[in-house]
Amino acid sequence: MNMNFLEKIDDFTWTVPLKEGENRSKIILYGSEPLLKNMDDKVLEQIRNVATLPGLVGQAMAMPDAHWGYGFPIGGVAAFDADEGGIISAGGVGFDISCGIRCLRTNLMMDDLTSTDFTALADALYHQIPAGVGREGKLKLTLDALDNVLREGAQWAVHHGYGISEDLAFVEEMGKMKGAKPENISRLAKERQLGEVGTLGSGNHYLEVQKVEKIYDQEAADAFGIKEGQLVVSIHCGSRALGHQIGTEYLVSLAKAATRLGIILPDRELACAPINSPEGQEYIGAMNAAINCALANRQVLTQMTRNVFEALFKGVKIETLYDVSHNTCKEEIHFAGGRERTLWVHRKGATRAFGPGHPSIPVRYRDVGQPVIIGGSMGTGSYILAGTKESEERAFSSASHGAGRAMSRHQALKLWRGKTVVEELAQKGIIIRSVSMRGIAEEAPEAYKDVDLVAEATEKAGLARRVAFLKPKVCIKG
Amino acid sequence: MSKEYDYFDHDADIGIIGKGKSIEEAFESAAAAMFAIMVNADALNCRELIEVEFEEEDNEFALVEWLNKLLAVSHMKHLALGRFALHKEGNIWSGKAWGEKWQRDLERGTEVKGATLTMLSVEEKEDHWEARCVVDV
Repeated sequence: MNMNFLEKIDDFTWTVPLKEGENRSKIILYGSEPLLKNMDDKVLEQIRNVATLPGLVGQAMAMPDAHWGYGFPIGGVAAFDADEGGIISAGGVGFDISCGIRCLRTNLMMDDLTSTDFTALADALYHQIPAGVGREGKLKLTLDALDNVLREGAQWAVHHGYGISEDLAFVEEMGKMKGAKPENISRLAKERQLGEVGTLGSGNHYLEVQKVEKIYDQEAADAFGIKEGQLVVSIHCGSRALGHQIGTEYLVSLAKAATRLGIILPDRELACAPINSPEGQEYIGAMNAAINCALANRQVLTQMTRNVFEALFKGVKIETLYDVSHNTCKEEIHFAGGRERTLWVHRKGATRAFGPGHPSIPVRYRDVGQPVIIGGSMGTGSYILAGTKESEERAFSSASHGAGRAMSRHQALKLWRGKTVVEELAQKGIIIRSVSMRGIAEEAPEAYKDVDLVAEATEKAGLARRVAFLKPKVCIKG
Repeated sequence: MSKEYDYFDHDADIGIIGKGKSIEEAFESAAAAMFAIMVNADALNCRELIEVEFEEEDNEFALVEWLNKLLAVSHMKHLALGRFALHKEGNIWSGKAWGEKWQRDLERGTEVKGATLTMLSVEEKEDHWEARCVVDV
């Protein structure tokens, strides 16, 4: 990004001065100078477009891991007030509605497993967890059953034997998003999903067994139940075909509706409608149902993972540490403009990060803040952070969600071969299993930004504080 | 029919470019570009046929509709697609595509989630048509 466009507020907070005649809200970009320098100029163009949308409250924001998306940048955060003409944007949520990360805590330590154990674990997970393009899941639902999934979310999964009720206490919204309207979703979207519940998908989605490598915040780590050397599992996936189909259908219908509703879109991909309009409400009902679909999907995958561990290791206990979504728009109460207000917060490639004391945080974690998970590339590692009070004022309680790509998939394919990447990672003690060598090359660790810099900048910008660094041991890619 | 397609860079996703002598051919090439991200078309035995039809007056929306319809139908029928034919009459677009069922020894690429409106353009150049958009992966 051309730094000449930016004005520094502090080392980790930047803004873009208004040009003469420009009519938009304020913009804030969070991140260190090196991170921002490496961002594409398109991030700026996209966040500038977001800042022109009606009913925006405060400022349009880009998180430290932001990169060029469609409509909103990935890592874009924006809150809207329905009573002030605020909008809901399908392009502000994304195709993979409620994509997110479920983190599981095991009672195994790194030293409890031999290298043979890790290989056996990798093979078993690879065989049991359906992943990759064209792969169906083991569950085959009827349309009626799917409607129940869309209404009940992870609660449906637990009621049908996929998981334990304790899991639900550590999933956002207790595993069930209210306001889901399966009737607002096309039959095609539902039919595409019938064999997809309990599948990982492909692209940047993964299931990783990770070792807690380093603790930054002992108090929060104690609350989250993790210590150095412990093994955890992270599952990164979303609402699968259903979310994709809803995204596809509503992007086009909202883009067409915007003109009719008198909204001028600088980019059609920002496709949106006023929250208080029939079109806006229709999308919200569909989106909430897709959120439930994603929560159920990660819950089913959680139980499949648990089954694999239990078959291999006697006495193993797998508990849900937390489940965070990072492609959503949610109705939340925030303090803005000197008063408490109900706002619709879009987080596209951004994680909710409620600070200590927030009533939505499970009691066990309430004193330290909500767990925030920054998923890194398959060779480097991931971070668990905790939400801060400061983040409420700075970014409506939002933080980064991943390392963010540093180069396109096309460039990555030119630079790496899947087989070489797998061999190089094996030498570092990381076992990769994937149906797609092309996918591995596209996801090569070096194709991503430095996750350490992203986590550090997230902390220094006051968005969330680092609790633990996780190093991958086994990675199942779609 | 020879297919001409290419890609352009996008940070997180992939830009596709389909070219052809007519708008229909350019759309067919764009579909080939999109499915080539998921599967090696040369390895496919294109014996199964699917058909799609839709009405759209705007050429750009039509491109997105065509690509997303193919994604949806191929997904429902568990097909990897490799050959495409499209015909336009007025605002009615009728398409056919051929492929085969996903099976074990078919190398899998990266799943395309949807065709987006980003960098979307359908243009008639001097001697050919060009259709572009970013697909979400």
